[in-house]
Amino acid sequence: MKKAFPILGVLTAILLVYALYQALVVAPTEQTMGAVQRIFYYHVPSAWTAFLLFFINFGSSVYYLIKRCATADIVALVCAEVGVVFCTVVLITGPIWARPVWGIWWTWDMRLTSTLVLWLIYVSYLFLRRFSSGGQTPLLAAALAVLGALCVPFVYFSIWFFRTQHPQPVMGGGGSIDPRMMHALLINWLAFSCFAFLVCWSRYRLEKLSREVDEAHAMQSLLDPGGRAL
Amino acid sequence: MKGNPYLFAAYAVTWIIHIAYISTIVARYSRLKREIAELKKK
Repeated sequence: MKKAFPILGVLTAILLVYALYQALVVAPTEQTMGAVQRIFYYHVPSAWTAFLLFFINFGSSVYYLIKRCATADIVALVCAEVGVVFCTVVLITGPIWARPVWGIWWTWDMRLTSTLVLWLIYVSYLFLRRFSSGGQTPLLAAALAVLGALCVPFVYFSIWFFRTQHPQPVMGGGGSIDPRMMHALLINWLAFSCFAFLVCWSRYRLEKLSREVDEAHAMQSLLDPGGRAL
Repeated sequence: MKGNPYLFAAYAVTWIIHIAYISTIVARYSRLKREIAELKKK
C-alpha cells in the first residue's frame, strides 16, 4: 500500500495538469460571461467533492453509532476535515466568480446561505473533535455529523425549491451545456476526487499514528522509569 | 480577456488553500515523528 501512494500521487498530479489544460484551453469560452466562467471548472467540482466527502462522513458516522468502530470514526473525521477544505474553496471561488458577473461579492440567497450554514456545521464538528476531550466525543460528533448531512441535500436542491440568484444545476437542471464544457467539468471532478482521496489517505495515516502515539504516552505514564507498573 | 484577474484569483486561491492544508498535515506528521523518536529513547 505504501508503494501505491507515490504512484497514485504522480498519476493524480498528471490528471490535475490535464484537467487544468481542459479547463483553460480546450473548453470553449462562454459567450456572455467570457473567461471568468472558467472558474466553474474549479468551483463546481470542489462543491461535488465536498458533498461526496460529507456523504462518506455521514455513512461512517452512522456505522460508528451502530458498531462503535474506531476506523469508521477516523474515516468520518478525515472526510469532514477534507470536506471543509473543499467547501472553503467553494465559498471563496463563488464570490470571486459572482463579483464580475452579478456585480456583488455575496447575496443572502438560499443556495449561498445554506452552503455557508453547511460549512459552519462541519467547522463546529471539527471544533468539537479538537477541543472536547471526553470519551463521548466521537459519539457526539457522529450525532452532529448525521444532523449536518441532512443539510447537504437541502443545499443541493435549494435552487430548485427557492428563487435564487445562483444558476440552475448543470445536471438535471433542464439546461444544456457544450459537450467540451461537460468533458472539462467531469475531468476536473475526477482529478479533484483523486486528489481528495490521496489527501484523505494521508490524513487517515496521520490520525491513526497520532492515536497510537497517544496510547504509547498513556502506557508510559502508567510505568515508572524502571519499566515496572505503578 | 475580460475577467481574467478574477479567474486567476479563483484558481490561485484554490491551490493556496489546498497547499496550506497539506502543509499542516506535513507539519503534524513531522511533529509526531519527533514524538515517536523521543518515546523510543525513553
